Amino acid sequence: MTISRRTLIASAAASTVPLAAARAQKPTLKIGVLTDLAGPYQDIVGPLAVEAARQAVEDFGVASKGYAVEILVGDHQNKPDIGAGISRQWYDRDGVDIVVEGGSSAVALAASEVARDKNKVYINSGGATSDLTGIRCNANTLHWVYDTFMLGRSTGGALVGAGGTSWFFITADYAFGHALTRDVSGFVEAAGGKVVGKVATPFPATTDFSSYLLQAQASGAKVIGLANAGADTINCIKQAKEFGITQTLGGLLVFISDIHSLGLAVAQGLACTESFYWDLNERTRAFSARIRKRVPERRLGMAQAGTYSSVLHYLKAAEAMGIAEAKKDGALTTARLKAMPADDDVFGAGIIRPDGRKLHPSYLFEVKKPSESKGPWDYYKVMATTPSDQAFRPIKDGACPLIKA
Amino acid sequence: MFMILGYPAPLMFGQLLLGLINGAFYALLSLGLAVIFGMLNIVNFAHGALFMLGAFVAWGLLNFLGINYWAALILAPLVVGAFGVVLEKAFISRLYKLDHLYGLLLTFGLALVIEGLARNEFGSSGVPYPIPSILQGAANLGFMFMPIYRGWVVLASAIMCLITWLVIEKTSIGATLRAATENAPLVQAFGINVPRMITLTYAGGVALAAFAGVLAAPIYSVNPNMGANFIITVFAVVVIGGMGSILGSIVTGFGLGVIEGLTKVFYPQGSSVVIFVVMVIVLLVRPAGLFGKGA
Repeated sequence: MTISRRTLIASAAASTVPLAAARAQKPTLKIGVLTDLAGPYQDIVGPLAVEAARQAVEDFGVASKGYAVEILVGDHQNKPDIGAGISRQWYDRDGVDIVVEGGSSAVALAASEVARDKNKVYINSGGATSDLTGIRCNANTLHWVYDTFMLGRSTGGALVGAGGTSWFFITADYAFGHALTRDVSGFVEAAGGKVVGKVATPFPATTDFSSYLLQAQASGAKVIGLANAGADTINCIKQAKEFGITQTLGGLLVFISDIHSLGLAVAQGLACTESFYWDLNERTRAFSARIRKRVPERRLGMAQAGTYSSVLHYLKAAEAMGIAEAKKDGALTTARLKAMPADDDVFGAGIIRPDGRKLHPSYLFEVKKPSESKGPWDYYKVMATTPSDQAFRPIKDGACPLIKA
Repeated sequence: MFMILGYPAPLMFGQLLLGLINGAFYALLSLGLAVIFGMLNIVNFAHGALFMLGAFVAWGLLNFLGINYWAALILAPLVVGAFGVVLEKAFISRLYKLDHLYGLLLTFGLALVIEGLARNEFGSSGVPYPIPSILQGAANLGFMFMPIYRGWVVLASAIMCLITWLVIEKTSIGATLRAATENAPLVQAFGINVPRMITLTYAGGVALAAFAGVLAAPIYSVNPNMGANFIITVFAVVVIGGMGSILGSIVTGFGLGVIEGLTKVFYPQGSSVVIFVVMVIVLLVRPAGLFGKGA
C-alpha cells in the first residue's frame, strides 16, 4: 500500500484549512468519502477509493471552474453506528452535500437512512446488499456498482449452467452474507438446482474454515458457495485447496485485491464477477493509466473504480443544476442524478433506475493460470458478459417503496 | 457408515483431527504467554502482534532474501526474539514493580502500534506464503483428507511444547529461572544476572509466538490482523489452564481446540463463543484455572 494513513489524514486535514477563505469567494461542493481505512475491507475500498474520488475531481477539471470541490475522508470501521455518526456530523456540522462509498452492507443501510433524514445524497459503491434498492430504498440513495442479486445471477448462474446443480453455502453470519445466500439460492433453485445445506460462520472472528469446508464436502454438494468476502474468502479458498476439496468453489464476491493476495497459483480457475477490470477495454485502460499516478503499485477493483464513477456523475449533475441548486435539496439532486444518463471510463454508458439502481454490464471472469498471466495484475479473462438490462434485479421484484408509491 | 450422535463417523473423526490441529496453535501461543506471565508477571497482550510479525518475517525472508521455510522456522523466531529484547529493555522492564494492569495496557498499546504499522505497509488482505514443496499434498486417511502440512504443524508444535516444558521444569536453567521469579534478590546474591535472565525469558516467549506465526503462514492469509483474531481465544486458554502454568496451557490448548472443532459441527454459530463459555464455567468452579496453583 503506497498511500499512508498519515498522508490521508494530513491531506484531509489540510484541505479544510483554506476553506474559510475559499468559501467567501466561491461556492464549494463537499463530498464525504466514508470508507474502511484500516479493517478487513481496507483493500477492497479504503484509501484507493479515496484516491479514486480525488481523481474524479481532477478529471472533471474542477480547478478551472467557478466553484470548489472539497473531499472529506472518514473511517466507519465497518460499524453502522460509527458510519451513521460520521455522516450526521458531516451533514450537520461540516456542510457536506453528498456521502459516497460507505463500505460494508450494514454501514450502507445506516448511511442511507441518515441521508434520507437529513435530505442529502448518498451513493454507495462498496456495499453489496440488494435491499438498498429493494425494501430499504429511499429517494436520497443510489446503489452504484454491484449487488448481491447481480453476483448471484452472474457467478451463481454460470456455475449452475456448468452443471453445479447442488449447493452448500458457507455464509458470513451478518446482513451481507445472508442477503448473498438468499439471492444466490434464488437463482440456483430457479434454474432447477437445489441447496443441500448451509453453515453460518461467526464474523469477523473466523480464520479457520476447514471444519466448515469438511461439512460442505460431506454434504456431497457439487458447488461450495462462499457467501463471504475479503480475508474470509481468501482463507476459504486457500484451505479448500489444502484439504484437497475437489468440489467447485463458488467465490461469490471476489475482488481483484483478493486474487492478488491469494496468488495465481492458488486462485487459478476461480470464477468471479466484477463490473470493472482495469484491462477490460480502451477506456478502462485509459482510466487506469491516469490513476496510476496516484496509485502506482496496485490496480483498482470495481468498488474503488465505482467511487470514481459515482463522484464524476455527481459533479456533472451538480454543474448542470447549478451549484447553489444542487446543495439545496438532496432528494431533488438525487432525482436529477437519476434522470441523467451516466457515462465514464470505468463502466461506459449506463442509466440509473427510479429505485436508485445504477445499471451497467457485469462480467464473469475466470482467474488466469500463472502461465497465462503476462505481467503484474494480469489476472482475469472474460468468460461472459451480462448486459446492463439483465444484470440486476428487475425493478418490479425489488419491493422498493418508492416504486409502489 | 456408522453414526456418532446422528452425524456420520468420518465427519466426526475429521472434526476431531481438525480440532487437534487448531489446538496445536492455541497450545503454542498460550505456552509463550504462560512462560512470560509465569516468569515476568506480565500479561503480554502484544503476543498476537508478535505472532503476526513472525509470519511477516518469514514472508520477507522468502521474498527479499530467498530464504526458505525451514531456515525461516529458525531465523524468524530469532529476529522476533531480538525485537522482544528491545521491547523488554525499552518498555516492559520499567513496569515490573507496578500493578499488572500497566503491563497489560502497555503491551496492548504496543500490539495496536505494531498491527497498525503492518496494516499501513501491507494492507488488510495480506500476502501469500506457499507451503514448502516437501509438505505439499495430502494423505487419504479413509475418513478424511489429511493435508500433510497440517500433520506437520501438530508434530512441530507438540515437539516445541515438550522442549519448552522440559527446559523449564527439568533443567538447571529452568530451575534458576523459577527460583528468580520466587525470590529475585536471593538468586541475584548467588551471582546470577537476573534482569538479563528475565529479558531472555521474554525473548524466548515471543520467539515461541513467532515460531507459531511461521507455522501459520502457509495455512492462513498472512495479514496484519491474523494475531488479533487469535489473541483473545489464546488468553481464554491461558486463563482456563491456569495463569502461568506451562502444562496447563499445553493440555488446555489441545483440549479446547477439540471442543471448538466439535462445536463447529453441532452449532457453528456458537464456535466463536464456546471457549468463553468453558472459561466462565471453569472460573466459577476453579478460579485459579484447571492447573493453577491456587488463587
